[in-house]
This record gives sequence, structure tokens and C-alpha cells, in this order.
Amino acid sequence: MPPHPLPAPVPLPDATVIEEIEVRGHIIDSLILPKILDRILQMGGSFEIRECVIGSQRKDPSHARVAVRAKSPEGLDAILADLVEHGATTVNVSDAQVVVADMAAAFPDKFYSTTNQATQVRIGGRWIDVADQEMDCGIVIDLSSKTARCVAMLDVTPGMSVVVGHAGVRVIPAERPPGETVFGFMNSAVSSEKPKAVSLRAVAESIREARKAGQKVLLVGGPAIIHTGSGPHVAKLIEQGWVQTLFAGNALATHDLEQAIYGTSLGVDLGHGQSADHGHEHHLRTINSIRRLGGIKNAIDSGLVKSGIMYEAYRKQIDIVLAGSIRDDGPLPEVITDVIEAQRRMRESVKGVGFALMIATMLHSVATGNLLPARVKVVCVDINPSALIKLSDRGSSQTISLVTDVEPFLRSLAAELAELTVAPE
Amino acid sequence: MTSPPRLLMCKPDFYGIEYEINPWMNRLVVADSTVAARQWEALHQTLVDLGVEIDLIDPVKGLPDLVFTANAGLVCRSLFIPSKFRHEARQGEEPCFTAWAKSRGWEIVSVPGDHYFEGAGDALFCGETLFAGYRFRSDAFGHQWIGERLGVEVLPLELADPRFYHLDTCFCPISATQAIWYPGAFDDYGRDVLKSRVGELIEVSTEEAEHFACNAVVVGRTIILNEKTPRLAASLRQLGFDTKPHDLSEFLKAGGGAKCLTLRLDGEEAAYWRFQTAES
Repeated sequence: MPPHPLPAPVPLPDATVIEEIEVRGHIIDSLILPKILDRILQMGGSFEIRECVIGSQRKDPSHARVAVRAKSPEGLDAILADLVEHGATTVNVSDAQVVVADMAAAFPDKFYSTTNQATQVRIGGRWIDVADQEMDCGIVIDLSSKTARCVAMLDVTPGMSVVVGHAGVRVIPAERPPGETVFGFMNSAVSSEKPKAVSLRAVAESIREARKAGQKVLLVGGPAIIHTGSGPHVAKLIEQGWVQTLFAGNALATHDLEQAIYGTSLGVDLGHGQSADHGHEHHLRTINSIRRLGGIKNAIDSGLVKSGIMYEAYRKQIDIVLAGSIRDDGPLPEVITDVIEAQRRMRESVKGVGFALMIATMLHSVATGNLLPARVKVVCVDINPSALIKLSDRGSSQTISLVTDVEPFLRSLAAELAELTVAPE
Repeated sequence: MTSPPRLLMCKPDFYGIEYEINPWMNRLVVADSTVAARQWEALHQTLVDLGVEIDLIDPVKGLPDLVFTANAGLVCRSLFIPSKFRHEARQGEEPCFTAWAKSRGWEIVSVPGDHYFEGAGDALFCGETLFAGYRFRSDAFGHQWIGERLGVEVLPLELADPRFYHLDTCFCPISATQAIWYPGAFDDYGRDVLKSRVGELIEVSTEEAEHFACNAVVVGRTIILNEKTPRLAASLRQLGFDTKPHDLSEFLKAGGGAKCLTLRLDGEEAAYWRFQTAES
């Protein structure tokens, strides 16, 4: 048999319409399978082989299930009509069932509860990608535009068409190709016994790849970043354009600003490690000063704040969401104290994120993990393994956990990234 | 000693060009029924002389193409898979062929659903493999179903030229390892499959292919060809075959030749199961 290698799948980022076909018979020796795959590509589609079972003897038939993607329903129809000529059949399944929401902020009974994995629903005989993938949501279908998206319970409004049951819904687990990156060997098991230099290079490389792919990098940070003296490393990452989105609470922002104004964090001089006189007052005085000026931006504009994470974040105009909690002092005017509102803001801001780095904050990390689709790479760094285990246990199984002190990690990461070309803006 | 070869034929009493379902047919180019009858009788006589037992199906008025018995169905041992014609004009032949097969004791197995299948016109054994043409008349899906039903390997080949609308117009197995073919009737995939899976391919020129060189009948080591295919005849004689050219010009007007006018009932010379049946 002359070489007829199967063509490699070509990603089709704009493709939203999908149909699954099955082809049976002696599809390898007859070159029907390679022909079908070639036809899909020639007609502007893309494909993914979902299953391929090759007969063990010559007379045994083989079969393959192939997902066909196209940019438009018309394009898909044209491809399918062509493939049918070569013996392919569409895999028949039912459409997703919907029930119209009868009240606000609650789903109809038996609603389909989402995972963070890529999901598709079948509408009008076509598989459609579900947008805004997020765990613990429902799926709302717009029947006129034939689109589907994840919607949080509180965002349900009466009249929405909500998917119920499991018929016509399928989850496509993310597959990590073997040897894809150094990430390949860093499984999600939490352990302090991993070679840090290799892990670090992998993290730096993933950040670079995300930026190269035009995706946003999200940093979720806790106040330990400041307490451990890592603030300048993070500020440098932001300044160099490696971070597009920052999630934090009142504490990180406050101690960062305290350091900018007083050189201390929770009253401890970060230069000498000594408690400053009346240093315990510094963070509250910082909050008060910022409140008196009307906010962080005004404090920067007035010259009160001249360095630090918040300084660089505002200067670079990155997306910042500061979410409050019941133990906050102050808080700073920018801190969103309505948790539902904060969650909504975070949900908006995770769109387009391709890589998330979570540093020393359990609550913000878990909250962000809940919002991220599984395809987003997540690296969580904490000196306390239990914080990392919590994140993985809550369904963010794509998380790579590193048990380490955050200061040497961030210092090395900033150095590693500084060696790479400057991040694209 | 095995039993004599058996063929199904149909006298051309009602043969004519009454519709156009392939590029060869033109209702303005009528077939001369007297000449057609003479050509058919000559073919019939040659086969009889070769020791072939001819089974005749009664011609039916209004079914001009019933004469092309290769399209009755596919025979495999005791099974008969009747054709399901794509064109309405020929669908009236289906009950005739099925009734005939039943009357002769074949077990009838039909391709399910609304898939088209045009019998030995599009499905030819070469050794253990059933080569199957699709696109113009038969469906690839129907072929795959037949492969599973018969437990044989089926290699569907897309036909790329509408003039060669049936596989038996461009491919003719003459032994379990040899076949006549016209490469121009296939696409790259089909050509690669045939080159890799048939031991020896005897290529015909475009000119001879247009005279239906590939539409030949094989009886033992004798090959009955349409005339005006001298180069193919020479090639076959070099390979040790006897060749008997026939003028079948009246049938070429409908897009058929010697092979189309016959259906081998005891297994083509190239079909592996013919020998297994003989032994069993």
C-alpha cells in the first residue's frame, strides 16, 4: 500500500458547528477514511477522530467516529452531504431538552449542572459549543441564534430556555497530548518534592505560550506576596507585560500600598525585617489615606504611591478585580464588598484567560478556580499543601500545584521571564 | 470435474434507447433492433460454444435495459442480493430479477434502507476482495453493508468519470490476481488501492476504454471482448488468454458491452468463493 498517512487535524478556532459522523467497513485499505479526512479539510472544515477501531484481520471491518467542524451550518451541511457519498453516516442522537425558566435566580428542576470541561449541546440536529464554560452553572440556549452558554443560578431570568436532563449534552474532556510541554510530567498531585527549576521553567514557558497565543495571563494573589517581600517581583512581572488581569482582596492591595507609602507590611519593615514603631497602625493609616484621596488611582496621581503592585497595575491599566470579605479593614474604595457583584466581575474578567497563576491565597484561588474552564492552565503556589489540595478537590483538576515558599518562586519566575523576549502587549 | 459455467442473459426483444441515464445514451441515436438481436445472438452462441449454460430471463416490454443482466444483483454462493436501481427508469427491473432469483432457489438478501446498489455492475470479486464502485449508481454505504453481510473485505472505489458510471465499465478481474482497468475512471485514492491490492493490472488506453474494453466476459482462459480493442486483446493473448472480439455496437449506444449483457451465476473466474463452493 503506498503511504497514505492520515492528515493531521487542523485547528479551526472560529468553528462552532459540529456534527459527528461514523464510517464503517474496510475504511483503511480502501483509503475511504483518509479520503474523508482529506475532503473535510479541502472543504474548509476540520476534524477530530473520536474513535477508531481497526479490524484485526483483513476481512474484519473497521469503524471510526469523526467529529466534523465547520465555520457555518451551511459549510457543515455541504461537508456532510459530501461525506455521505463516501459511505459516512451521521451519528443520530436527540436534541437537548429545554424548559423555560419560570422564575428569576433559580433554574427549573432537573436542570443540567455544568462541569468546567468543554461542553456541547445539540440544537436542531447540530452540536453547538457551549460558551462561557464554567462549573456549577446551567446551560441556557438561545433558540433563535442557535447558541448556548453557561449561566450562573443568580443570573437566570424568567423566560430563559434552560437545558434539563443529560440528553443532547456531551462533555469533551481536555486531552493533554503526551509530552506536550514540561507540564506533561507535572501531574496534579500536590507534593513539595518536585524539581523546582524544571517546574519554574515550565511555568515561565506556559505564560509565554499563553501570551504568544493572544491569551490573557491572570494573577490571583494573597497578601503573603507582600509579607514575604515578593511585591517587587510581581510588580516587575506586571510592568513587563506578563500579567493582564489581577484578582486579589483588600489585604494584598492594602499591604502593597502600605509598603509603597511606609516601606512596611503589617508594620514590619521589609528592608530590615524589624517591626516599625507603631507599625501596626500603618495598614489602617494607608487605607484611610487612600479613602481620603478617593481611591488608589488618585493616590497614584497625587504622588503618594510611587511603586508596588497596584502602582504598576494601574500604570499598565490592567484589569483589576478586588473582592472583599467580612474580615477586611476599611476596605479600600476599589474593593467590591458585594460578593455576588464581585463574582460577576471576576466571571467577566476570566474571559480570554489562557493561564492563571494563583499565589498564596486559598479563598480567591478556589473562587477563581470555580469560574475557569478546564482548558485554562492553572498553577497554584502555596507553602501550605492543604490550600492546594482544597483547590484540586473542588473540581479544578487541571491545576498544577507547587508547594514552595512564594518569594523564591516569584523571584526566579521574574528572572526567568525577564530573560525571555518582552511579553506582547 | 466441476460443473459448467452458468450465465444469466436476457434476449433484446424490447431493447432500445428509451431514456437517457448515462452520457452514452441519446434518444436521437436509436438502436437497430435487428442488428442488436444479431449481435446478442452471436455473443450467446460464443458462450454456448465455450460450454456455458445460459439461463434466460423473459424480456419485458417497457424495460429496455433488462437485457443488461449484470445489473440484476450480486451473486455470492447461495445468496442473491438484488439491485436497487438509482434511476426510476430501471427500478421496474427489480421485481423481475428478484422473482427470477427466487424461482431458481436463491436466498434473497436485500440492502437495507434507501441505499442504491446496482449488482455485479458495481461489485466485482478479485480474489477474496470485493471491489465496489460508487458515486454514480451505487452507494458506498450499501457496499459496506454487503461486506459485513457476506463477511468479506469490500473496498469501495469512487468512480470519477461519468462515462464509466459502473465499475464493470472500467475494471474487470480476469483471475484472482489479475484485472483489466482504465485508470482514468478512478481518483488517486482508487488508483492507489487497485495498484496495491491487485497483483497485475492490465491498463487500457482511453480510446479502447471508450469502446468498453473493460466490459469483458471471462470464461476459463477465454475473454470475450468488445471489438475495436485490439491492443488489449494483444496484451491478454500475451498473458496466455484466448480472446474473442465481438461487435456489440448497438449495446454500446446504451452504455453497455459484453459484461453488462451477462451475469455469472456460479462465481466469476476471479472470485475466490467459486473454488470454495466447488470444494465444499
